[in-house]
Parts: sequence; C-alpha cells; structure tokens
Amino acid sequence: MTQYWRSLEELNNPVEFKKNEVKLEIDAKRAVAKKASGSSRRDFLKVLGFSVATAAVVASCKRPVNKAIPFLVKPEEVTPGMANYYASSYFQGNEYCSILVKVRDGRPIKIEGNDLSSVSQRGTSARVQASVLDLYDDARFKTPLKRGDETSWAEADEYIQVKLDQLKKDNKKVVLLTSTIISPTTKKVIQEFQQFYPNVEWLQYDAVSAKGILKASELSFGKAFVPDYRFDKAKVIVSFGADFLGTWLSSVEYTKAYSAGRKLMDKGDEMNRHYQFETGMSLTGSNADVRFPIKPSEEKTILTALYYQLMQAKDFITIAAPASPVDITGLAEDLLDNEGSSLVVSGSNDADTQVLVNAINNLLGNYGKTILTESALNTHAGNDENFEQFLAELKDKKVAAVLCWGANPVYNHPKGSELKTLIEAAELSVSFSDRKDETTAACHWVLPEPHYLEAWNDAEPKSGVYSLAQPTISKLFDSRQGQETLMKWAGVEAPNYYEYLKKNWSDEFYQLQTKYADPRLFWNDVLQKGVFEPEVKSGEALSYTENGLEKAVQISEASTDGWEVALYQSVALKDGASGNNPWLQELPDPIAKISWDNFAAVPVKWAEENGVQNESVITLNGMELPVFVQPGQAAGTISVALGYGREVAGKVGDNVGKNMYAHVQVKDGAKQFWFSGAKVETTEKTFELALSQTHHSMEGRPIVRETNFNEWQLDPTSGNELQEEHEEHAVTLYPEQEFKGHHWGMAVDLSSCVGCGNCAISCQAENNVQVIGKEQVRNRRIMHWIRVDRYFSNEPENPKVFHQPVMCQHCDNAPCENVCPVSATPHSDEGLNQMAYNRCVGTKYCVNNCPYKVRRFNWFKYVGNDEFDYASNSDLGRMVLNPDVTVRSRGVVEKCSFCVQRIQEKKAEAKVAGRMLEDGEIQPACVQSCPANALVFGDLNDPNSKISKHFKNERNYHLLEELHTLPSVGYLTKVRNKKA
Amino acid sequence: MYNSKVRGRLIQGDKSFGQISREILAPIDKTPIWWYFAFLVSLGMFGFGLYAKYITVSTGIGTWGVNNSSAWGWAIINFVWWIGIGHAGTAFSIFLLILRQKWRTAINRAAEAMTVVAVFCASLFPLLHMGRPWLFFFIFPYPNTRGPLWVNFNSPLFWDFVAISAYLLISASFWYFGMVPDFATIRDTAKSKIKKAVYGFFSFGWTGSSKEWLRFEALSFVLGGIAAVLVVSVHSIVSTDFAVSVVPGWHTTIFPPYFVIGAIFSGFAMVLTLVITMRGLYKMNDFITDSHVDAVCRVLIFISLIMGTAYTTEIFMAWYSGSDYEMYMFFQNRLFGDYAFEFWAMFVSNAVIPQLFWFKAVRRRMWMVFVISIIINIGMWFERFNIVITSTSRDFLPASWANYSPTWVEVGFFVGTLGMFLAGVLLFFRFIPMIAISELKSVAKFDKPNNGQLKPASHE
Repeated sequence: MTQYWRSLEELNNPVEFKKNEVKLEIDAKRAVAKKASGSSRRDFLKVLGFSVATAAVVASCKRPVNKAIPFLVKPEEVTPGMANYYASSYFQGNEYCSILVKVRDGRPIKIEGNDLSSVSQRGTSARVQASVLDLYDDARFKTPLKRGDETSWAEADEYIQVKLDQLKKDNKKVVLLTSTIISPTTKKVIQEFQQFYPNVEWLQYDAVSAKGILKASELSFGKAFVPDYRFDKAKVIVSFGADFLGTWLSSVEYTKAYSAGRKLMDKGDEMNRHYQFETGMSLTGSNADVRFPIKPSEEKTILTALYYQLMQAKDFITIAAPASPVDITGLAEDLLDNEGSSLVVSGSNDADTQVLVNAINNLLGNYGKTILTESALNTHAGNDENFEQFLAELKDKKVAAVLCWGANPVYNHPKGSELKTLIEAAELSVSFSDRKDETTAACHWVLPEPHYLEAWNDAEPKSGVYSLAQPTISKLFDSRQGQETLMKWAGVEAPNYYEYLKKNWSDEFYQLQTKYADPRLFWNDVLQKGVFEPEVKSGEALSYTENGLEKAVQISEASTDGWEVALYQSVALKDGASGNNPWLQELPDPIAKISWDNFAAVPVKWAEENGVQNESVITLNGMELPVFVQPGQAAGTISVALGYGREVAGKVGDNVGKNMYAHVQVKDGAKQFWFSGAKVETTEKTFELALSQTHHSMEGRPIVRETNFNEWQLDPTSGNELQEEHEEHAVTLYPEQEFKGHHWGMAVDLSSCVGCGNCAISCQAENNVQVIGKEQVRNRRIMHWIRVDRYFSNEPENPKVFHQPVMCQHCDNAPCENVCPVSATPHSDEGLNQMAYNRCVGTKYCVNNCPYKVRRFNWFKYVGNDEFDYASNSDLGRMVLNPDVTVRSRGVVEKCSFCVQRIQEKKAEAKVAGRMLEDGEIQPACVQSCPANALVFGDLNDPNSKISKHFKNERNYHLLEELHTLPSVGYLTKVRNKKA
Repeated sequence: MYNSKVRGRLIQGDKSFGQISREILAPIDKTPIWWYFAFLVSLGMFGFGLYAKYITVSTGIGTWGVNNSSAWGWAIINFVWWIGIGHAGTAFSIFLLILRQKWRTAINRAAEAMTVVAVFCASLFPLLHMGRPWLFFFIFPYPNTRGPLWVNFNSPLFWDFVAISAYLLISASFWYFGMVPDFATIRDTAKSKIKKAVYGFFSFGWTGSSKEWLRFEALSFVLGGIAAVLVVSVHSIVSTDFAVSVVPGWHTTIFPPYFVIGAIFSGFAMVLTLVITMRGLYKMNDFITDSHVDAVCRVLIFISLIMGTAYTTEIFMAWYSGSDYEMYMFFQNRLFGDYAFEFWAMFVSNAVIPQLFWFKAVRRRMWMVFVISIIINIGMWFERFNIVITSTSRDFLPASWANYSPTWVEVGFFVGTLGMFLAGVLLFFRFIPMIAISELKSVAKFDKPNNGQLKPASHE
C-alpha cells in the first residue's frame, strides 16, 4: 500500500504525529468555542461561586472569631479526637504512684494506673486521680511574686543570687526546707547547690512523718529506713492503728497486696486474716476480720503484752506477761501458727512502739519473708528532730534565709503561727510552691514551680525501683522548675533540668541494665514505660539487733483522766495539701460519709448518755467541733481528721473544717498524732454536716450478703442461698431480651473492695461529674455516678462494716426505662441503659423508680455558675473536662454509662485493626484504676471472659434480684475470715 | 323517676321563674365590697406563686427540697390533690345526672367551675416540675424529623398527659355549654351595652327555641357520656404514675379505684366548702338548701368508709405480700415510724372524722360541716403526702434513704395555686350565674304547689 505523507515528521514518527495532530485540533476547537460564547460554563460557575462566597462573607462578618486553630502542620503523634497516654510519676504528700496521663488535644484530662509499676500495679488512689484537677487550679501562681506583687524571673534571680552570695560570704546559714524528695536527680541538684553554697542546709520535713519507724529501724537494724512490707505474703496481718489501706505509707501498693491475699474465686483459694487495733474507725479497720477498739495510750501496753506472750510461748522467758486491756490470746496463737507468714505493723510515730513491733516481727521470723530489709520505702524521709532544731535556730536568728520547696509547715506544724512570723522576719524567704499555701503567704518571694504534669522529674520510691515523670502539657503559667532555679543560683547560666535529668540517667542508671546498648534507647524505653527496675537488686538484708528493746518494754502508766484524742489523715485529703481540690473535698469520707468538713468522731455510748447527736457541737480543749457519732469509736476517745482548716488554699479550700495540726505534739523528736487529757464539753449549738448517707443499717435486707471463710470453704454458695431461690421465682410473661453482639456487664467483689473511693473520683474525672458543694451534698444531691454505700451491723461499739460500690446496674428489665415519657433513657442492643441528655425533659420519674437510686438530677446549672464556684466556673478549671463526654445541662438526669465512650473507642479500634475485641480491653474508669482489683468489666456473651466467670461464681448475686430487674452488675458475697 | 315527696322541696320560698332568675343573677349586677378585698388577697397569693414559679424556672428545681432519692415533692402532692378536687365537678354532674338526682341542679354549676379552675391549677405542677419545662412539647406525640422520634407510649406520664388534657377539654366544654342558656338570660336582662355584647357573644346567639333546647340536651348527653368515662379514667391514670412503678407503697393494684374514690371524696368535700361559702356570702339558702348539704354529707359518709377500707386493705396487703420492703414501708415507716404523724393525720381526717356525719346534729350545723369539709381536704393532702414522700424516701437501699422537706419556693408555688383557685372562683361568682338557672327551673316547675299532680320527667 502506498504510504502518503504530509511532512517529514509524519513519515518518521507517524504515531507521535497523530497524537499531536489530535491535540492541536481539540485546542483549536476549544478556542473557537470560547470565542463564540464569550464566557464558558466554567466562568459562570466561578462567578457564581465567588458571588455566593462574597455574599456569605459579607452577611456573616459579625461572626465571633473562633480561637480554635486547626493544625496546619500536624504533629506526628497528635490526632485530634484521639487520646495519647504518657507514663509519668505522681509523688505528693508522701504518696507515690506510677501513672499514665491521658492527654486529649494537648490537655491532660485523666490519670490512669500504670500496670508496669511493681509499686502501684495499675492502682491509684482518689488523691492521685484528683491531682489532674490541681493542674487547672485557679489558686496557682501565674508569675513570680515579690511580696505579693508580680515580678520577673530576672529580677528575682538577680536579687536572690546577690543575697545568697552575701550570706555565703557572711557564712550565715540558709535552710532549704523541702518535703521528702525521692528523686535521685533532684537530690543531685541539691547537692550541687549545697556545694556551691556550703552554708545551705537541706532539711526534709513532712506533715505526717514516719520518724518513729525510721528511729526504730535505726536501733534495730542500724539504718534509718522504712522497710518493704509485703502484705501479699502475709497470712495473718496485725495492724496497730496503721491505716495501710487508706493513708499509711504506700497505701495503693498495700491495698493491691492485701486484696490479692483475700481473693476467693475457686476452691482451694486462701485468705489472710486481718486484726486491727485502733481508736477511731479507719478505712483499714472497717475491713478487718477482727477489730479491737483501743485507746491510743493502750497500744504500747498491748504490744508489750503480745511480745511477752509470744516470748513465753516460745519458752524464751518465764515471767508473766503484763495484763493487756483486751484479750489477745487468740491473736498470739494465730501469730504463732503463722510464723514467717505474719505481719505486724503499727502506725505509731513513737520509736519505742516501733521497736516493739520490730521485736515481735523478728520473733515471728517475718523478716526476709513478709518484711524485706534489703529494700526501703523512700517516701517518708521527713525528719521532725531536725525540724525542731531548725525552728530553734530560726528563732535565735541563726538561720538567715529559708528556701521552702514543697513543705507547708506554717499550716501543718503545731507551731505554725510562730513559724509564720519567723519566716516573715527572716532575711530572705523564698517559696517554690506552685499555688497558694500558708507558708508561701509568709515568704518574701514566690518562684512558682510547674505542676508535676508540666515538669520533668524522676523518682525512686523504693530502693531499686525507678520511674520518670514527664510534662504532658506545656507550662500553663510563667513557672520554672525548682531544680532549674537551684541550678541557676548555683551558677548554671541557662539551666535545663530535662537535659540534666537525661544526662544523669545515662550516667547513673544506664549502666544498671544490659538490654539497651544506647543510652538514648534506654531513655526512650523508660520514658515510654514510666518505670525502670534494674535486673540486679543491690540491697542486702540487714540483721536484727535488740537495741532499744529493753527501754521499749518498759510500760509507763498512762494517765487515765480526760479524753484521748487521735488525729488521723482523712482518706480524701490526707495531709491537706490538696485542700483546694473540690473533687477531694466532695469525696465522702469512706466511713462517716461526710464531705466538706472534718468532725469529732465520738463513741456511740457516750453520745447516747449525753444526748449528743450527729451535728451537735462539742468543745475539745476549747475548740468547737461538729460531732459524728461513730460506731466503733473506742470508749473515752475522739478522732478528728487532719488536713482541714486551710486558711490560704484558694476559693474552694479556705476555711473548710478545723485545722487540727495545732494539737499535734512533738515528743522524743517525732510528731505524735494523739494526745490525752483532753477536755470535752457538750454545747447547745449545732453545725450542719454534709452527710451523703444518713441511714447506716441494712434493716435486715439481703443487700450485702456475707459469709465466713471457713463456711465458704465448705460451701461456696454460703451466704448466697437466696440467689438460687430468687432464680427459681424468676418467672416472666415477657420474652427475655436477647443480645446478639455484646452484652456488657460488671462484677463487684465485695470481699476485695475496701471502700477507698478511688472509683468515685476516677469516674468524676472521666465523666465530667460536677461538684455541687457542701449545701447541696447535705441536700442529698451528690452527683457521683458511682458511690460506695457503707453499712454497719452488730453492736454499735464495735460493728461490722460493709462497703458496697453502687453504680447504674444497667438492668435488662430497667424500671427507669419504661416510665420515661419521652424515651430519653432507652436500652442499647448491648445491654446498656443509656441516657439521651438532649431528649430528657427532667420529669425525674426515672430517679424515683430506680430501686438502686443511682440516677442523678442536675438540680442547678453547675457549670459556669457563680453559685457553684468550684472547678467548672473558670476557663482554666474547665480544661479538665473530657471532650468525649457531654457536660450536662440543668434539668436533665444523668448516671453511670459504663463509660460508653471507652466501649465505643475500643470497639472502633478493634474494627479498624480488623480483629475481635479482647477480654479486658475495655476498662471503664472505675475498673481501670481500682487499687483492690474489686471491679471486673467485660462481655457476658463471651463464655470465657473474666466477667462470665465471675457471674458463674457461686458467690455471685444481683442487688435486689427479687425485683427481677435483671441487672448487668453482679456482686460477689463479702467473705470475712473470723476464726472459726 | 323523681319523686318530690320523698326528697322534699328542692327550692324553698315558692319562687316564680322570674324571681329565680333575678335572685341568681343578682351578684352579677352588684358586687359587694368584700369581693374586691378577697380578690385582692387571692391576687396577692397568685403573685407570690408567680414569683416562686419565676425562681423555679430561672434558677432550677434545685430551689425545691427534692433530692436524688425523693425526686417528687410538694409539686406532685399538690398536683394529685388538685386533680382530685378537680374531679368533683364533673363527677357530681355526670353521676348524679346518670342517677337522675335532680337535686344536683343547684350545685353542679359551682362544682364544674371548681373543676375547671382546679384542673388548671393542677396542670401547672407537672409542667413546672420538669427540669426543662421549655421542652414540655417533647411529650406531645407529634410527627417530627428526628427519626421520627415518638414519645414512650408505655410511660404512665404520657398517659397522664393525655388523660388530663382530655379531661380538661371535656370538663371545660361541658361546663361552658351548660352555661350558654344562662348567658343568654343575662344578655336578655342586662342593661349596659357592653355587658349585652359580651354575654351575647358568649351565648352564641341563643334564642331559646325548642330546636336549640333539643340540641342543647343532645350535646349535654354526648359530653356527659364522654366525661363519665373520663372521670373514672383520669384519676385511675394519675394513679398509674405510682402503681406502674416498683417503689414499695406505690407498686399496688388497689391504686386506680382507690385514687378515683379518693378524688371524688376530696372533690365533694371541696364542693361542700364552696357551696357553704356561697350560701353564706350570697344568701343562696333557698336554692342550696340544708337538704342539699345533707345529701352531700351522706355521700361523704359512704366514701369515707370506702377510704377507710382502702387504707386498711393497703396495710393488710403489705403484710399479706410478705415483702420486706412493703412491710417496712407500712409498719415501720408509715404507721409507727418517721412519717407516723402524716399517716395518722390522713387516716383520722379521712376515715374517722367524716363519720361524724352519721349524726344529724352535725349535718345540720353548717359551721361543723364546713370545718369537717376543710379537714377532709387537709386529710386528702396528707394522703398524697403519704404516697409521694414516704415511699421514695425509704425505699429499697437504706443507704439512699433521704428525708424531704419543702422549701419556701415549693410552698409559694402551692400558695400561688390556692390564690389562682380563689381568684378563679371569685371571678366565677362575679361574672357567671352560680347556679344553672335553666336547669334549676326544670326542678322548680315540678315543685310548684299548684301543680299538684306530678308528671314523669321527659328526660334526665
């Protein structure tokens, strides 16, 4: 075929030529078309779009300027709407806890337990949970202050450095007064500071010290330390006034260990026996199997008697044991039966008492088994002796300057008011406190440090256990870490504690491990996990000597006249440092169920005889105190909580309750938290207390079902016989609801639950539960979605106590659901009882018809209302709100949702990953951080899940099951371990 | 069939038709001084109530004494109490109409007026005890774009809403249409032009022709028929607000009849209070005769006995059920417990004191009847207190037991409705014939002495 060509290009490359030709043709056509119409469809759309946009912009020019700016450059690990978790360490008020901080869109909003920690083991306490709110406290300092006026860091540094140099030159003493410091790197900073300023003395001071234990171990072991108590190893636990489940030493760790020793699921499980000698009813005492109410002065007598009885039994001595005020023969037998697996502890701060305790533990062979001396608890280093000396020196003008860091002695020392004038009169006084407190108010300079969630730090709570703390938000205010301040004054031009910390870790701790070959990898790993435990433990067991025992067994006759008053730390506020935290102020005391006040717990019998009732006012050495008639209070004694009566705390904490630190006595170089010879007089006055529970008897109803350990061993259903009966009677005309996918349920082990209230605060943080204040709590309108009911039974002088957490039971036959006229509370196909806040009109019928009374009504507008000036009345305070949970408006009902936002989050995660949900993956806030592992959540449709096993357990029953509400919450019977 | 020989005369004083009209209409023409004074007082009370309502709506239900255990307080007590009172009017008209008790004609107008005002008072409470009253329309089953999202047809509160609105509608119409001939009478006798125009408007151009009377009668029967059902249903349904729940002391099948009877009881007592006041203030003794009062008293004896039976039945059932919670509620809580005063106040006022009506001497002494009628009203208030408060404040879990006491806002709200009721009644005295003239005349006709021979009633 003849090939025709139009050009050489076509001849050489016909394909390319054809392509070009077509393109040119199209272009030419387009040009013609454009010319013809003048404007294209595209132009029309452009004009239309522009005019609409212009109209919209012009019409909406009054729109408020939104402050939210989208991420232009998205940080790698931040996804809006997704939470990040950072491991960190909590250490406040002598309490250590390894934590995970939940950060949503740059804001830390929730604290979770860190399961990698061998100390806190995923548990937290209410204080730890509430500490996230302290970050957003209005009482925090926004800038450095000079005598109350705003100043700059440069000015402060300049003045103080000159002053310190001058003092160094004059060789005048400067005291660095801190609370216990467990951070090895901070200690190093302090040492360097001391090297730079040799005139600086470092003094650690605690509101509630463990000086007694420190002194006693110095005598018995030659080293002042707090040993490592292993409650999990003990079969018999004897506590003399030590509230180890609530506030004593390392309570979260002890709660974990204690409840682990009482977990009864399958046949053959063992259970420890717990004896408690104490004055007032403490959280720990309320869980004891055998409880002896005693006067504080009797404690040593009983210990001596016990020591002698044990010595006799072992044929070491033959002399008769001194008389004990209570019968302890059974206890001595029990201890002897469990040599090497018993544990005796005392909360006393008296060295002699602690020496006796050491002697008894040694006699029982507990050292090396239930008490480890090779490892020490570092959280209580406060030295009362040195503090008294400091006070005397300050008075004699021997101390010229005070640098106060974390300690608040003006509030929590008996000579606080004297100290206040002394600090005011000192040549230089500086406070590093991040928020208002009494001591800071007396200091000339305030150089605020950041909150622990904004700062770098490390910790060594126990020897050989290290952890890191990292900032989870950039500093909210103009603050500087105390470490950096000290470094600056010690001559470092641009101090950076982060770099210093990192360097210290690579210098000191990197060598303790072999896993990582690079210090940076090691650092990243620890930072991610939050904790680090070297493979090789360094400590060695110490040997016991009988030093001081001879003196300790001397029984001094206690004066018997007058009242004996025991001062204790409340579970919510502990030493009172977080007095401005409304969550903690509103957390009901686990025993008295009183919030927003401390009170005088008086014995029942005395109250009856003297016509004293709850809310009567008595005077205690002239101080007026409201009364709570406390079942279980030892005769002739009164207990009052410390930690209240703050004067400079902020809008929430000021003048709540009475400050009892003034009654603390310093004896033998240690603070003593009880005193005798008190004068008590009744008055005609009354004082309103915010009780969130006013009836204390179960009225014979099977609400908490209980049994004893030996009966449980014979028959696991013992105490729970009603369950079977009710099951037989459960006949219904209606078809039972079917749940095809998941069916969520929760189990509460009443035997594990100690009643600490951690769940209530955890839930409060997770679910934006509002604080309502004293008056409204008193009006019985507390908003907590999970409450812990507390009942007493038996004789009021020494009752049995029951703790029962009650949250929405998510009944499959829910009485609340069918009565709502607007269907605002329907049932989900996963068995959840849901609340549609938008739909709720507030008839409150559901509140009435809920047999468990778990529904909470928003009686007022609790957010942004000056009448409720707590956390939610400022932009700062509201930063803690969880964006996943609606903030409820006035007039709607709310209640526990089983943390439906967490369920949905995990379900979505599993779906995205294309896998099934794992058992235990979803953990509602209360379950996640329960220090007693008392709560279990999961899918009832999964026969192998933990929750299903709990529901199948013989101990399981449902609250008010006779109503046939079919709750999704099960309770396991309470088992006590009284001697058969 | 009505026999005047048995009943005696229904209207005293041998009055002619004209005389009857004049005497009954007299208060509309001339307003006594005390009326202004009383009206001022009731307006004052009403104003106080408005302030209480303002506080409630602006600040929240938190201003009341209710709490997370007892979420319904005075509001619901007063709601049930007013609804109960609001029962009497229609019950009175309808039941006596069905039973052909002609003596009702002198009283039914007042009773119906009372009903309408009382139901208005009552309806305020469920509306304003809502947490978010501005969203009250969520309770209407209206088509919407949310799904559509319907109301919960299973909820007694929805039934309640339907029952009360239907009742209000029917009883108001029943009352109003009954007044049309009387409005026409006023129009015809009025001298001022405005009065003529106003009453003319409300009388719907009534001329009094036989056709109109025929239709009038037919309408009364139809409305009466519907109302008769509603009288029973409305309070039965109010009772389901409680009976459907699980709360001990509420969860009981006796409630529907018990509530209806209780309502009629309180309503009749309030009718007595009202007509004795009318007799005293407006000298209506010739129309509302001693025998009228006597008849109501006799009815009250009977109802009081039923009330007593109901109370004891409840107590018996609590024991017979064997339920711990029921037993506690009745024996340890109501009978001899924290709420014993309220229980016995209820029992004595409702089941014991009305038994005094067995004595003719008591029934004849108007002041005694008046005092007892007031006591019954108070007793019935306590009955509602017993039901609403004692049950929720001491239910299943003792940890949640909480006491309830009202605040001034709740009291103010109640006082406000009392003021509203008084004002309503006073306006009724002032502007509407207190006695159904036309109906009364039908009775008067039979009673004419020169008409010796009795004729069977053509209707009614």
